[in-house]
Amino acid sequence: MIIEKPAAAGTLESCDAQVIVEPGNGGVELELDSKVIHQFGRQIRAVILDTLCRLDVTDAKVTVKDMGALDCTIRARVEAAVYRSAGQTDQIPWEKLADEK
Amino acid sequence: MLFLNAQKPSLIKDPYVYRPDSIMLDLEDAVAENQKDAARYSLFHALREIDYRGVERVVRINGLDTPYWREDIRVCVAGGCDSIRIAKTESAGDVIAVEREVEKAEREFGREIGSTLLMAAIESARGVLNVLEICESSERLFGVALSGGDYTKDLQTKISKTGIELAGARQLMVITARAAGVQCFDTVYTDLDDMDGFRAEVEMDKIMGFDGKSLINPRQIAPVHEIYTPTAKEIVFAEKVVREIETKRAQGIGVFTVDGKMIDIAFYDGARKTLAMARAAGVYDGAL
Repeated sequence: MIIEKPAAAGTLESCDAQVIVEPGNGGVELELDSKVIHQFGRQIRAVILDTLCRLDVTDAKVTVKDMGALDCTIRARVEAAVYRSAGQTDQIPWEKLADEK
Repeated sequence: MLFLNAQKPSLIKDPYVYRPDSIMLDLEDAVAENQKDAARYSLFHALREIDYRGVERVVRINGLDTPYWREDIRVCVAGGCDSIRIAKTESAGDVIAVEREVEKAEREFGREIGSTLLMAAIESARGVLNVLEICESSERLFGVALSGGDYTKDLQTKISKTGIELAGARQLMVITARAAGVQCFDTVYTDLDDMDGFRAEVEMDKIMGFDGKSLINPRQIAPVHEIYTPTAKEIVFAEKVVREIETKRAQGIGVFTVDGKMIDIAFYDGARKTLAMARAAGVYDGAL
Protein backbone atom coordinates (compact mmCIF):
# COMPACT_ATOMS: atom_id res chain seq x y z
CA MET A 1 0.00 0.00 0.00
CA ILE A 2 1.12 3.54 -0.69
CA ILE A 3 1.18 5.98 2.21
CA GLU A 4 -0.49 8.85 0.44
CA LYS A 5 -0.86 11.30 3.27
CA PRO A 6 -0.10 11.52 6.99
CA ALA A 7 -2.56 9.61 9.16
CA ALA A 8 -2.77 8.57 12.80
CA ALA A 9 -4.58 6.01 14.93
CA GLY A 10 -4.67 5.11 18.61
CA THR A 11 -4.32 7.10 21.78
CA LEU A 12 -1.87 7.71 24.59
CA GLU A 13 -4.07 5.93 27.10
CA SER A 14 -2.75 2.99 29.07
CA CYS A 15 -2.58 -0.28 27.08
CA ASP A 16 -2.89 1.62 23.80
CA ALA A 17 -0.42 2.85 21.19
CA GLN A 18 -0.48 5.93 19.01
CA VAL A 19 0.70 5.30 15.48
CA ILE A 20 1.47 8.01 12.92
CA VAL A 21 2.31 7.13 9.33
CA GLU A 22 3.69 9.61 6.80
CA PRO A 23 5.01 9.32 3.26
CA GLY A 24 8.57 7.99 3.41
CA ASN A 25 11.86 8.70 1.68
CA GLY A 26 12.40 5.43 -0.13
CA GLY A 27 12.12 2.92 2.71
CA VAL A 28 10.51 2.17 6.06
CA GLU A 29 11.75 4.41 8.84
CA LEU A 30 10.46 3.48 12.30
CA GLU A 31 10.65 5.64 15.39
CA LEU A 32 9.50 3.81 18.50
CA ASP A 33 8.95 5.20 21.95
CA SER A 34 7.63 2.83 24.60
CA LYS A 35 7.38 2.81 28.34
CA VAL A 36 8.44 -0.82 28.21
CA ILE A 37 11.12 -0.43 25.56
CA HIS A 38 13.81 -2.17 27.59
CA GLN A 39 11.71 -5.28 28.14
CA PHE A 40 9.73 -5.50 24.90
CA GLY A 41 11.24 -3.01 22.43
CA ARG A 42 12.50 -5.70 20.06
CA GLN A 43 9.16 -7.53 20.09
CA ILE A 44 7.13 -4.36 19.52
CA ARG A 45 9.39 -3.32 16.65
CA ALA A 46 8.99 -6.79 15.09
CA VAL A 47 5.19 -6.61 15.33
CA ILE A 48 5.10 -3.17 13.71
CA LEU A 49 7.45 -4.15 10.87
CA ASP A 50 5.62 -7.43 10.30
CA THR A 51 2.30 -5.59 10.09
CA LEU A 52 3.69 -3.07 7.61
CA CYS A 53 5.15 -5.92 5.57
CA ARG A 54 1.78 -7.72 5.43
CA LEU A 55 0.21 -4.48 4.23
CA ASP A 56 2.92 -4.15 1.56
CA VAL A 57 4.04 -0.81 2.95
CA THR A 58 7.60 -0.29 1.75
CA ASP A 59 7.95 3.45 1.85
CA ALA A 60 6.85 5.21 5.03
CA LYS A 61 7.91 7.10 8.09
CA VAL A 62 6.22 5.48 11.07
CA THR A 63 6.17 6.94 14.55
CA VAL A 64 4.83 4.83 17.41
CA LYS A 65 4.28 5.81 21.03
CA ASP A 66 3.48 2.64 22.91
CA MET A 67 1.72 2.78 26.25
CA GLY A 68 2.01 -0.90 27.09
CA ALA A 69 -0.20 -2.23 24.29
CA LEU A 70 -0.65 -5.91 23.53
CA ASP A 71 0.58 -7.13 20.14
CA CYS A 72 -3.00 -7.28 18.85
CA THR A 73 -3.51 -3.61 19.71
CA ILE A 74 -0.30 -2.56 18.01
CA ARG A 75 -1.30 -4.44 14.89
CA ALA A 76 -4.75 -2.83 14.97
CA ARG A 77 -3.37 0.69 15.32
CA VAL A 78 -0.81 0.28 12.54
CA GLU A 79 -3.48 -1.09 10.20
CA ALA A 80 -5.93 1.68 11.08
CA ALA A 81 -3.32 4.36 10.38
CA VAL A 82 -2.26 2.80 7.06
CA TYR A 83 -5.82 2.33 5.79
CA ARG A 84 -6.71 5.85 6.89
CA SER A 85 -3.75 7.12 4.91
CA ALA A 86 -5.09 5.28 1.88
CA GLY A 87 -8.59 6.64 2.51
CA GLN A 88 -10.11 3.14 2.66
CA THR A 89 -12.75 2.51 5.31
CA ASP A 90 -14.68 -0.48 3.97
CA GLN A 91 -14.18 -3.70 2.02
CA ILE A 92 -11.13 -4.27 4.21
CA PRO A 93 -9.44 -7.61 3.37
CA TRP A 94 -9.86 -8.91 6.92
CA GLU A 95 -8.57 -12.40 6.27
CA LYS A 96 -5.34 -10.97 4.90
CA LEU A 97 -4.80 -9.08 8.16
CA ALA A 98 -4.86 -12.34 10.09
CA ASP A 99 -3.15 -14.62 7.62
CA GLU A 100 0.44 -14.58 8.68
CA LYS A 101 0.37 -14.53 12.46
CA MET B 1 -23.74 -9.33 29.25
CA LEU B 2 -21.03 -6.77 29.93
CA PHE B 3 -20.80 -3.77 27.59
CA LEU B 4 -17.24 -2.88 26.51
CA ASN B 5 -16.07 -0.21 24.12
CA ALA B 6 -14.35 -2.11 21.30
CA GLN B 7 -12.05 0.84 20.71
CA LYS B 8 -10.55 0.75 24.23
CA PRO B 9 -7.68 -1.75 24.53
CA SER B 10 -7.61 -1.52 28.31
CA LEU B 11 -11.23 -2.70 28.48
CA ILE B 12 -11.18 -5.52 25.97
CA LYS B 13 -7.85 -7.17 26.80
CA ASP B 14 -8.94 -9.30 29.78
CA PRO B 15 -12.61 -8.85 30.82
CA TYR B 16 -12.85 -12.61 31.41
CA VAL B 17 -11.20 -12.10 34.81
CA TYR B 18 -14.53 -10.70 36.03
CA ARG B 19 -16.34 -13.85 34.85
CA PRO B 20 -19.21 -12.35 32.87
CA ASP B 21 -21.36 -14.84 30.96
CA SER B 22 -20.89 -12.78 27.84
CA ILE B 23 -19.20 -9.58 26.73
CA MET B 24 -20.74 -7.15 24.33
CA LEU B 25 -18.02 -5.45 22.33
CA ASP B 26 -19.54 -2.18 21.21
CA LEU B 27 -19.00 -0.60 17.81
CA GLU B 28 -22.01 1.65 18.22
CA ASP B 29 -22.69 4.37 20.78
CA ALA B 30 -19.50 3.92 22.80
CA VAL B 31 -17.34 4.61 19.76
CA ALA B 32 -16.97 8.17 18.53
CA GLU B 33 -18.02 8.86 14.96
CA ASN B 34 -14.43 9.47 13.83
CA GLN B 35 -13.17 6.24 15.42
CA LYS B 36 -15.59 3.77 13.84
CA ASP B 37 -12.92 2.49 11.45
CA ALA B 38 -10.20 2.14 14.11
CA ALA B 39 -12.55 0.26 16.42
CA ARG B 40 -13.01 -2.45 13.79
CA TYR B 41 -9.28 -3.28 13.61
CA SER B 42 -9.18 -3.36 17.38
CA LEU B 43 -12.21 -5.66 17.44
CA PHE B 44 -10.87 -7.93 14.72
CA HIS B 45 -7.56 -8.63 16.44
CA ALA B 46 -9.21 -8.98 19.83
CA LEU B 47 -11.61 -11.60 18.46
CA ARG B 48 -8.83 -13.47 16.67
CA GLU B 49 -6.04 -13.24 19.23
CA ILE B 50 -7.44 -12.86 22.76
CA ASP B 51 -8.55 -16.02 24.51
CA TYR B 52 -11.76 -14.97 26.27
CA ARG B 53 -11.84 -18.32 28.08
CA GLY B 54 -15.32 -19.41 27.16
CA VAL B 55 -17.00 -16.03 27.66
CA GLU B 56 -19.44 -15.50 24.79
CA ARG B 57 -18.42 -12.68 22.46
CA VAL B 58 -21.29 -10.55 21.23
CA VAL B 59 -20.68 -7.48 19.07
CA ARG B 60 -23.09 -4.56 18.88
CA ILE B 61 -23.02 -3.17 15.36
CA ASN B 62 -24.06 0.29 14.25
CA GLY B 63 -27.66 0.92 13.25
CA LEU B 64 -29.05 0.20 9.82
CA ASP B 65 -29.54 3.93 9.32
CA THR B 66 -25.76 4.49 9.34
CA PRO B 67 -23.08 3.88 6.69
CA TYR B 68 -21.20 1.52 9.05
CA TRP B 69 -23.26 -1.59 9.64
CA ARG B 70 -22.31 -3.62 6.58
CA GLU B 71 -18.57 -3.36 7.25
CA ASP B 72 -19.28 -3.96 10.93
CA ILE B 73 -20.86 -7.28 9.95
CA ARG B 74 -17.90 -8.22 7.73
CA VAL B 75 -15.45 -7.68 10.58
CA CYS B 76 -17.65 -9.51 13.09
CA VAL B 77 -17.85 -12.58 10.89
CA ALA B 78 -14.21 -12.45 9.81
CA GLY B 79 -13.19 -12.17 13.46
CA GLY B 80 -15.44 -15.06 14.43
CA CYS B 81 -17.70 -13.48 17.04
CA ASP B 82 -20.39 -15.67 18.57
CA SER B 83 -23.25 -13.31 17.89
CA ILE B 84 -24.22 -9.87 16.65
CA ARG B 85 -26.47 -7.48 18.51
CA ILE B 86 -28.52 -5.39 16.11
CA ALA B 87 -28.97 -1.85 17.37
CA LYS B 88 -32.31 -0.02 17.11
CA THR B 89 -34.25 -2.98 15.72
CA GLU B 90 -37.73 -1.93 14.66
CA SER B 91 -39.03 -4.70 12.43
CA ALA B 92 -38.49 -8.21 11.12
CA GLY B 93 -37.13 -6.54 7.99
CA ASP B 94 -34.20 -5.13 10.00
CA VAL B 95 -33.24 -8.60 11.22
CA ILE B 96 -33.64 -10.10 7.76
CA ALA B 97 -31.43 -7.38 6.24
CA VAL B 98 -28.72 -8.13 8.78
CA GLU B 99 -29.12 -11.88 8.31
CA ARG B 100 -28.61 -11.49 4.58
CA GLU B 101 -25.34 -9.59 5.08
CA VAL B 102 -24.16 -12.04 7.73
CA GLU B 103 -24.70 -14.97 5.39
CA LYS B 104 -22.83 -13.13 2.65
CA ALA B 105 -19.93 -12.55 5.04
CA GLU B 106 -19.98 -16.18 6.22
CA ARG B 107 -19.55 -17.26 2.59
CA GLU B 108 -16.83 -14.67 2.00
CA PHE B 109 -14.79 -15.67 5.04
CA GLY B 110 -15.44 -19.40 4.92
CA ARG B 111 -17.47 -19.57 8.12
CA GLU B 112 -20.18 -22.17 8.59
CA ILE B 113 -23.49 -20.78 7.32
CA GLY B 114 -25.71 -20.06 10.30
CA SER B 115 -22.88 -20.09 12.84
CA THR B 116 -23.18 -16.37 13.65
CA LEU B 117 -26.18 -15.84 15.90
CA LEU B 118 -28.20 -12.64 16.20
CA MET B 119 -29.94 -10.73 18.95
CA ALA B 120 -32.06 -7.64 18.58
CA ALA B 121 -31.91 -4.54 20.74
CA ILE B 122 -35.33 -2.95 21.07
CA GLU B 123 -34.90 0.79 21.48
CA SER B 124 -38.13 2.42 20.34
CA ALA B 125 -41.88 2.31 20.79
CA ARG B 126 -42.24 0.85 17.29
CA GLY B 127 -39.69 -1.83 18.13
CA VAL B 128 -41.64 -2.80 21.25
CA LEU B 129 -44.87 -3.00 19.29
CA ASN B 130 -43.20 -5.17 16.64
CA VAL B 131 -41.35 -7.41 19.04
CA LEU B 132 -43.24 -10.60 18.08
CA GLU B 133 -42.36 -10.31 14.39
CA ILE B 134 -38.79 -9.49 15.41
CA CYS B 135 -38.57 -12.54 17.67
CA GLU B 136 -39.88 -14.78 14.88
CA SER B 137 -37.88 -13.22 12.05
CA SER B 138 -34.84 -15.51 11.92
CA GLU B 139 -33.62 -18.92 13.00
CA ARG B 140 -30.41 -17.19 14.06
CA LEU B 141 -32.14 -14.85 16.51
CA PHE B 142 -31.61 -16.16 20.02
CA GLY B 143 -32.90 -13.21 22.00
CA VAL B 144 -34.06 -9.64 22.36
CA ALA B 145 -32.82 -6.95 24.71
CA LEU B 146 -34.49 -3.80 25.91
CA SER B 147 -32.43 -0.64 25.55
CA GLY B 148 -34.02 1.66 28.08
CA GLY B 149 -32.21 4.91 27.32
CA ASP B 150 -33.27 5.26 23.71
CA TYR B 151 -36.67 3.70 24.37
CA THR B 152 -37.60 6.23 27.05
CA LYS B 153 -36.35 9.04 24.83
CA ASP B 154 -38.68 7.79 22.11
CA LEU B 155 -41.45 7.57 24.68
CA GLN B 156 -40.75 11.22 25.55
CA THR B 157 -39.97 10.46 29.15
CA LYS B 158 -36.85 9.50 31.08
CA ILE B 159 -35.47 6.69 33.22
CA SER B 160 -36.68 6.89 36.81
CA LYS B 161 -35.81 4.76 39.79
CA THR B 162 -39.38 3.47 39.89
CA GLY B 163 -39.18 1.56 36.60
CA ILE B 164 -42.75 2.58 35.81
CA GLU B 165 -41.69 4.08 32.48
CA LEU B 166 -40.26 0.71 31.39
CA ALA B 167 -42.91 -1.54 32.87
CA GLY B 168 -45.01 -1.96 29.73
CA ALA B 169 -42.06 -2.67 27.46
CA ARG B 170 -40.48 -5.08 29.93
CA GLN B 171 -43.66 -7.07 30.42
CA LEU B 172 -44.54 -7.18 26.73
CA MET B 173 -41.03 -8.18 25.71
CA VAL B 174 -40.75 -11.02 28.23
CA ILE B 175 -44.18 -12.39 27.34
CA THR B 176 -43.45 -12.16 23.62
CA ALA B 177 -39.97 -13.67 23.88
CA ARG B 178 -41.39 -16.60 25.83
CA ALA B 179 -44.15 -17.09 23.28
CA ALA B 180 -41.56 -17.09 20.49
CA GLY B 181 -39.11 -19.30 22.36
CA VAL B 182 -36.22 -16.82 22.49
CA GLN B 183 -34.36 -15.22 25.38
CA CYS B 184 -35.00 -11.77 26.81
CA PHE B 185 -32.51 -9.42 28.47
CA ASP B 186 -33.23 -6.31 30.49
CA THR B 187 -31.68 -2.90 29.98
CA VAL B 188 -28.64 -1.50 31.81
CA TYR B 189 -28.75 0.13 35.24
CA THR B 190 -26.62 3.24 34.94
CA ASP B 191 -26.27 4.48 38.53
CA LEU B 192 -23.11 2.71 39.63
CA ASP B 193 -23.24 4.32 43.05
CA ASP B 194 -26.61 2.77 43.83
CA MET B 195 -25.87 -0.93 44.20
CA ASP B 196 -28.97 -1.47 46.35
CA GLY B 197 -31.12 -0.07 43.57
CA PHE B 198 -29.28 -2.28 41.10
CA ARG B 199 -29.86 -5.41 43.17
CA ALA B 200 -33.54 -4.60 43.53
CA GLU B 201 -33.86 -4.20 39.77
CA VAL B 202 -32.07 -7.50 39.05
CA GLU B 203 -34.33 -9.27 41.55
CA MET B 204 -37.33 -7.77 39.76
CA ASP B 205 -35.89 -8.88 36.39
CA LYS B 206 -35.60 -12.44 37.62
CA ILE B 207 -39.14 -12.47 38.96
CA MET B 208 -40.43 -11.01 35.68
CA GLY B 209 -38.77 -13.81 33.73
CA PHE B 210 -35.83 -12.05 32.10
CA ASP B 211 -32.93 -14.34 31.23
CA GLY B 212 -30.32 -11.78 32.15
CA LYS B 213 -29.26 -8.18 32.17
CA SER B 214 -27.04 -5.87 30.16
CA LEU B 215 -24.26 -4.50 32.38
CA ILE B 216 -21.97 -1.51 32.18
CA ASN B 217 -19.45 -2.25 34.92
CA PRO B 218 -17.69 -5.40 36.16
CA ARG B 219 -18.90 -4.83 39.71
CA GLN B 220 -22.45 -5.44 38.54
CA ILE B 221 -21.58 -9.01 37.52
CA ALA B 222 -21.42 -10.71 40.93
CA PRO B 223 -24.85 -9.52 42.13
CA VAL B 224 -26.47 -10.79 38.92
CA HIS B 225 -24.84 -14.18 39.31
CA GLU B 226 -25.80 -14.31 42.95
CA ILE B 227 -29.44 -13.47 42.27
CA TYR B 228 -29.82 -15.74 39.25
CA THR B 229 -27.96 -18.75 40.67
CA PRO B 230 -30.41 -21.15 42.36
CA THR B 231 -29.89 -21.52 46.12
CA ALA B 232 -29.09 -24.88 47.73
CA LYS B 233 -32.66 -25.00 49.05
CA GLU B 234 -34.10 -24.37 45.58
CA ILE B 235 -31.87 -27.06 44.07
CA VAL B 236 -32.90 -29.68 46.65
CA PHE B 237 -36.56 -28.82 46.14
CA ALA B 238 -36.22 -28.96 42.34
CA GLU B 239 -34.61 -32.40 42.57
CA LYS B 240 -37.47 -33.63 44.75
CA VAL B 241 -40.05 -32.21 42.36
CA VAL B 242 -38.46 -33.86 39.31
CA ARG B 243 -38.10 -37.22 41.07
CA GLU B 244 -41.59 -37.16 42.57
CA ILE B 245 -43.28 -36.16 39.32
CA GLU B 246 -41.52 -38.98 37.46
CA THR B 247 -42.37 -41.52 40.19
CA LYS B 248 -45.97 -40.40 40.62
CA ARG B 249 -46.53 -40.27 36.88
CA ALA B 250 -45.57 -43.94 36.66
CA GLN B 251 -48.08 -44.63 39.45
CA GLY B 252 -50.81 -42.69 37.65
CA ILE B 253 -50.92 -39.90 40.26
CA GLY B 254 -51.25 -36.38 38.90
CA VAL B 255 -51.35 -34.14 41.96
CA PHE B 256 -49.45 -34.57 45.21
CA THR B 257 -47.40 -32.59 47.72
CA VAL B 258 -43.68 -32.05 48.13
CA ASP B 259 -42.55 -30.44 51.40
CA GLY B 260 -46.14 -29.36 51.98
CA LYS B 261 -46.55 -27.68 48.58
CA MET B 262 -49.02 -28.82 45.96
CA ILE B 263 -47.18 -30.12 42.90
CA ASP B 264 -48.37 -31.30 39.49
CA ILE B 265 -46.88 -31.71 36.02
CA ALA B 266 -46.89 -27.93 35.47
CA PHE B 267 -43.93 -27.66 37.88
CA TYR B 268 -41.75 -30.11 35.95
CA ASP B 269 -40.19 -27.77 33.37
CA GLY B 270 -39.51 -25.09 35.99
CA ALA B 271 -37.74 -27.58 38.23
CA ARG B 272 -35.71 -28.85 35.29
CA LYS B 273 -34.75 -25.28 34.43
CA THR B 274 -33.65 -24.63 38.01
CA LEU B 275 -31.34 -27.65 37.85
CA ALA B 276 -30.00 -26.64 34.45
CA MET B 277 -29.29 -23.11 35.73
CA ALA B 278 -27.59 -24.51 38.80
CA ARG B 279 -25.46 -26.79 36.67
CA ALA B 280 -24.51 -23.92 34.33
CA ALA B 281 -23.58 -21.81 37.34
CA GLY B 282 -21.33 -24.57 38.63
CA VAL B 283 -23.23 -25.23 41.85
CA TYR B 284 -24.87 -28.54 40.89
CA ASP B 285 -23.43 -31.76 39.57
CA GLY B 286 -26.21 -34.13 40.48
CA ALA B 287 -27.62 -36.91 38.36
CA LEU B 288 -30.76 -35.09 37.15
